[in-house]
Amino acid sequence: MEKWPNNRAWLLVLPVFVIVAFSAIIPLMTVINYSVQDIFGPGQSVFVGTEWFREMLANDRLYEALWRQFLFSGLVLLIEMPLGILIALAMPKKGWGVPVCLVTIALPLLIPWNTIGTIWMIFTRPDIGLFGAGMNNLLGIPFDHTDNWLDAWITVMLMEVWHWTPLVVLLAYAGLRAIPEAYYQAARIDGASAWATFLYIQLPKMRGVLTIAFLLRFMDSFLIYAEPFVLTGGGPGNSTTFLSIYLVKIALLQFDLGPGGAFSLIYFVIVLLFSFIFYQALQRVGKGEKV
Amino acid sequence: MKGKKKTIGLVIYFILLMMPVYWMLNMSLRSNADILASFALYPKDITFMNYMNIFTDSSWYMGYVNAVIYVVMNTVISLTVALPAAYAFSRYQFVGDKQMFFWLLTNRMAPAAVFALPFFQLYSTIGLLDTHIAVALAHCLFNVPLAVWILEGFMSGVPREIDETAFIDGYSFPRFFITIFIPLIRAGVGVTAFFCFMFSWVELLLARTLTVTEAKPISAIMTRTISATGLDFGLLAAAGILTIVPGAMVIWFVRNHMAKGFALGRV
Repeated sequence: MEKWPNNRAWLLVLPVFVIVAFSAIIPLMTVINYSVQDIFGPGQSVFVGTEWFREMLANDRLYEALWRQFLFSGLVLLIEMPLGILIALAMPKKGWGVPVCLVTIALPLLIPWNTIGTIWMIFTRPDIGLFGAGMNNLLGIPFDHTDNWLDAWITVMLMEVWHWTPLVVLLAYAGLRAIPEAYYQAARIDGASAWATFLYIQLPKMRGVLTIAFLLRFMDSFLIYAEPFVLTGGGPGNSTTFLSIYLVKIALLQFDLGPGGAFSLIYFVIVLLFSFIFYQALQRVGKGEKV
Repeated sequence: MKGKKKTIGLVIYFILLMMPVYWMLNMSLRSNADILASFALYPKDITFMNYMNIFTDSSWYMGYVNAVIYVVMNTVISLTVALPAAYAFSRYQFVGDKQMFFWLLTNRMAPAAVFALPFFQLYSTIGLLDTHIAVALAHCLFNVPLAVWILEGFMSGVPREIDETAFIDGYSFPRFFITIFIPLIRAGVGVTAFFCFMFSWVELLLARTLTVTEAKPISAIMTRTISATGLDFGLLAAAGILTIVPGAMVIWFVRNHMAKGFALGRV
């Protein structure tokens, strides 16, 4: 469908532009401003050029947090995308079950992020938590996410999968519901197996929504802060100190605005770069180069 | 046979989904001393003390009121500005449309942790600090792009013949848009409102940074349960349970809309 060429359409976009630019461009300029200065106090600062960037790029702990972040986001996408699609496929297509399923599945999405951390902190504590105490006492497996780094990772991953798989489910379900019944009828006439139907009809038709799900999950998992902060505080040691937890340590707790600014710009560029690559790649997958 | 397996799988998933929430509900109905003294799968002596604490202390319950106020403001603002913009993106070709669309999306990618401080400076400069509108505006940063993105998907599903017919019939653009077009995509508007509500309701960092006392949301107040005697788990759990309630209510109200929106929308 060709779109009408009309530059007056800008008038319709203008309010969005103004309101987003107000909250995006001014703070971004301020951060850029921080990143090239050494700030001693109000009105006292010295221009230092790229010093903070060089310092940050030579910071080993930043790289550690970055690899940890990549591992985390990678695992998140690897688990949540297939699981979400699977659950969406299992959901009923019509009847009273639909609203019940939607309401139940959407619930974790509407819980404030630090409540999520709180829920899982209470749930997995080795003394009072159902999961923690159950592992230790019922199954006899020592489990303590405040002490063991692997347990901490398992806990954070469980929380993340529990929290965000519903988003993938909802989007995948929306995509599935939008496929006309005629496609399935054609598949049945051809005698296609369930797997073939999934691979050649459902998956290609879900490309659009899955792109959104994939990008949202990548961005949000890469920027995760409140939940692991409440749950583990980045510990034990630094084992769950993800990129934004480390960033807050530098920027707000040590109040180093310069390095913090440089760090966040590097952070921003990484997310931007990967989102752009994924966006382009996912756009291409559905157009011609698919299996 | 296959249908049965699916249902069993779903039921197991739902049980796993509800378990952590159930556990918090369990904790919220017990006193802190009881929680620390014994491990129990269900509360034996049910107490509503934790809830009473919250409902009788205005510094607690105002947190819920504040959060609801700025979330509703944000949802209204986001929808109002996003509707015409999404229409423009779905119908017209204009200079810089693709770049503009991607730029909007990039605003979801900035680490809020550091933007918190410039936000604080910006809003204190214009004198909006500690007001509901400040948080509502700040949340527009990530909600408006999302709203445009979702609405554009729904609008592209409406055939353009409808627009053309209406314009030939002499409808002005605003009249056509409000009386014909928006009702056509109301399921999409419902889904979008749901997502705006959701992302504004759950966000903590910006909301906490931009408020002091007057507009402080409940999620920020929850950190107060750590007192000199240690963490009050019962109170924390009760506050947590209460933060789930508004969200659960919203899903309940939009459930049919959602089911319909998901069936029609191409998102």
